Formats: sequence, C-alpha cells, structure tokens
Amino acid sequence: MTSPNVVIDKEIDARGSHCPGPMMELIRGIKSVPVGSVVAVLSSDPGSAKDIPIWVQKAGHEFIGAFPEQGFTRFVVRKMR
Amino acid sequence: MTVKQIVVLGGGVGGTLVANLLAGQLTRKQAQITLIDRIGKHVYQPGWLYVPFGGPPPERWERSERSLLRRSVDLIIGDAVRIDPHERYVEMADGTQIPFDYLVIATGARLEPSAVPGYGEGAYHFYSAEAALRLHAALREFSGGRIVIGVADIPYKCPPAPLEFTFLLEDELRKRGLREKTEITYLSPIGRVFTIESVSQFVTPLMEERGIQYELFFNTEQIDPVNRTISSLEGTTIPYDLLVLVPPHRGATIISESGLGDAQGWLPTDRETLQHKQFPYIYGVGDATDLPVSKSGAAAHFEAKVIAHRIAGEIKGKPSEERYQGQVMCFLETGYGQATQLVFDYTHPPHPPKPSAYYHYEKALLNRAYWHLIPTGIV
Repeated sequence: MTSPNVVIDKEIDARGSHCPGPMMELIRGIKSVPVGSVVAVLSSDPGSAKDIPIWVQKAGHEFIGAFPEQGFTRFVVRKMR
Repeated sequence: MTVKQIVVLGGGVGGTLVANLLAGQLTRKQAQITLIDRIGKHVYQPGWLYVPFGGPPPERWERSERSLLRRSVDLIIGDAVRIDPHERYVEMADGTQIPFDYLVIATGARLEPSAVPGYGEGAYHFYSAEAALRLHAALREFSGGRIVIGVADIPYKCPPAPLEFTFLLEDELRKRGLREKTEITYLSPIGRVFTIESVSQFVTPLMEERGIQYELFFNTEQIDPVNRTISSLEGTTIPYDLLVLVPPHRGATIISESGLGDAQGWLPTDRETLQHKQFPYIYGVGDATDLPVSKSGAAAHFEAKVIAHRIAGEIKGKPSEERYQGQVMCFLETGYGQATQLVFDYTHPPHPPKPSAYYHYEKALLNRAYWHLIPTGIV
C-alpha cells in the first residue's frame, strides 16, 4: 500500500526537522485533536521509522502505517484514547 | 552613503556578541547599532545549575548590559512590544518606534510552566534565579525519598542541563549520606535519555552504574501536587517526593504578536544564513530561532559571528559567504568532579570523551572567564 486508505484529519509537515523533531510534532498534533482522529506527520528523518511506531504503541494509539514518498515518509496514526 | 540602522533585540549571549562584533567591523558613518534589552542586565544562565547545590548565588552570574557593550553601541532599556517587518520598526511599550534597516532578533526563550496542570504547586526547576533558589531550599530540607527529574517538552534550553543536574544531585546525595535512602528517576519524552543518539549511548551506562532509573517516552500530561504524582500522555503515573521538571519553553511573545513565529513562537530561520525565512533583513540568533541545534549560549556564540559578518559585509558592499554549519561546543557535568565535552555540528555528531576532572575544570574556568571572553568576541 503506498497511501493510507483513511481520511487524515490533521497533517503536520515536519520535513527537514531532525530526530526527535517529527515525533515531538506528532505528539503535539495528537494532543490537539479529539479521540478517533487520524493524524499524519511527514518526516524526512530516518530515525522516525524507529521512534514513531514505538511511541504510538507505548501511548496506546493505532499505527496505521508508514507510507514512503519522494524524499520523505508519511506516518499515519489514529488517536485511540 | 546613509548610515544604516541596525537594531538588536535582546541582550543575551547572541545579541550582545552580534552588537559588539558589528561595532568592531563598522564605523559610525556606516551604521548606528542599537541594542534593546528589557532589563538592562546580562545573565549568564549556565550558572543557575550550581545554585541548587549551594554554588555561588545568582547575583554572581549577572552584570549590567552596558558594561559589556562597546561604547559605540546604543542601549535602550525597555519593553519592545511589536515588530513591523514591512515598515521596519520596533515599537516600544511607550509607543516609541525604533526604525531599522537590519534587525537581529535575540529574544531567547520564555518559560511556560502553566502549560502543565499542577506545575506551580508540584514542581521545581533551576531555569531562573528564583526557581534555582527555591530548589536549593527544598534540597536542603530533603532527607530521603523519591526524586523525579524530567523534561516537560522539547525543545528546551541547554539540553544537557537536566542530565548534569541528575549527576550532580546523585553525587551530592552520596556526600550527604542520603543516597541509599533516595530513589532517582529520570524522565525523557523520547525513546532515549538524550536527543542526540551518541550522547545518549554515552550517558545511559553512567546512569545505570549509579543506580539512576529512567523512564522513556514520558510526555508529561499533568502533575498532581496533592498526591505527589506525575502522569504522562502515554498513561504512566510516577510518584515523587521531590519533582524537578524543566518547564515547557516557548518563543518570546513579541515574535508571535508580530506574526513572525511558528505555532510555538520560534522564529523560522534559515539554518545556514540565519535570516528569517520571509524577511531577509531580519536575522535570528540563539534560543529565539527554530534551528535544529541546542538552544544554548554555545550555539548563539557561533551564530552571532556569522550574522555580524553577513550584515557588515552587505553594508560594506562586500557580501559575506559565511554560513552557520550548526557548530556547538559545550560541557556536560557527570558528577564526582568530572565532566565531558560535546563538540558537534549539523553533520558531525558529538563523540564525548571519557569523563575527567580536566573538562570539569575547563567548564569552571569558562564560567569565570565568560565575561571577558565571550560577549567581547575575544573567542
């Protein structure tokens, strides 16, 4: 799958921001939306592929997926609580 | 040739150094340099780390801003409330407008503890003179229990400081015979104890050797000062007897109110030229920027030199190609009279050397010699 089959409620462009910038941006994004919302963060930092899924699992949210694009990856997460 | 107006907003490390370097590189016929500072007092903030442990009192780390500026720099002491980036002036609280051809924003970071519910009654920190003194008093009374140290949000000033505090505290408690009666836990918002991976790999074994516990992915949601617990967004709750939490940081309100910042109030700054991304005649230095480097005097020190060269070069008609490459050089206290050194830039991560007394004394020397060496531009 190259793109998420869900409606994204909030997308944060954290490209060019270095680890842990994109993860912290995702956390800020998650804080600002209601439960059930889908948040995407765009990251060009390779460290995000490791950090973001671990954080999402620890925080009890749903990791919908990581979708590579040209020069960056879109990480998509559903807020569960 | 008209005299160019250069305004520097903020008299911290970055602002003071930019102003002094420009005054050295330009004549009065080329530029009038004005520095605006809210209180007219220059504070060496790294000194606050030692206050909770009975180090020199905060006044020792303060000097009058005037005494640090070259004579040709004009100093205005007062509140700047708004920047008009189009008409190019800074508006003061009394309505005065200070026009500029070039503006250097060096307004630092602002603490916002109220962003964490329960912070005021429940937590201590050492990121201001008053807070460091309060923490000193609390530590003096401490006779054992659970101490929790953490970071409420990223970014924050002087990233190694909470780790340094933890190591110094562990050492102090051992000296006071309280170590066996105290559990120390360090909270990190991310998946390791420090943002830079190589430093994290260096520091983690030191923490383990000294029995300092850590909790990762702990993003503070609230503090319950009655039951003395701190809870995270991730659903973890940790009890404490003494909580030391670096409060959330935001950019200066003047940046947000002038429409110049991002959502957190940081200045969108080109990582190499240090110009504002929308207004090339506005520069950002130090903690005020959104640069992906430490919010530290060390970074501001390197950035100030680039900004001064670029502005002076443009005024003299010889544009400077100097660019900031993310250089930072700082120390990290590891307790027991030892420290290590962190030297890095955008492309080279730090490789901290083994902790030794040498780096501890070098840091102590810098703390004393700062006034003579850094704001003056000698180093």
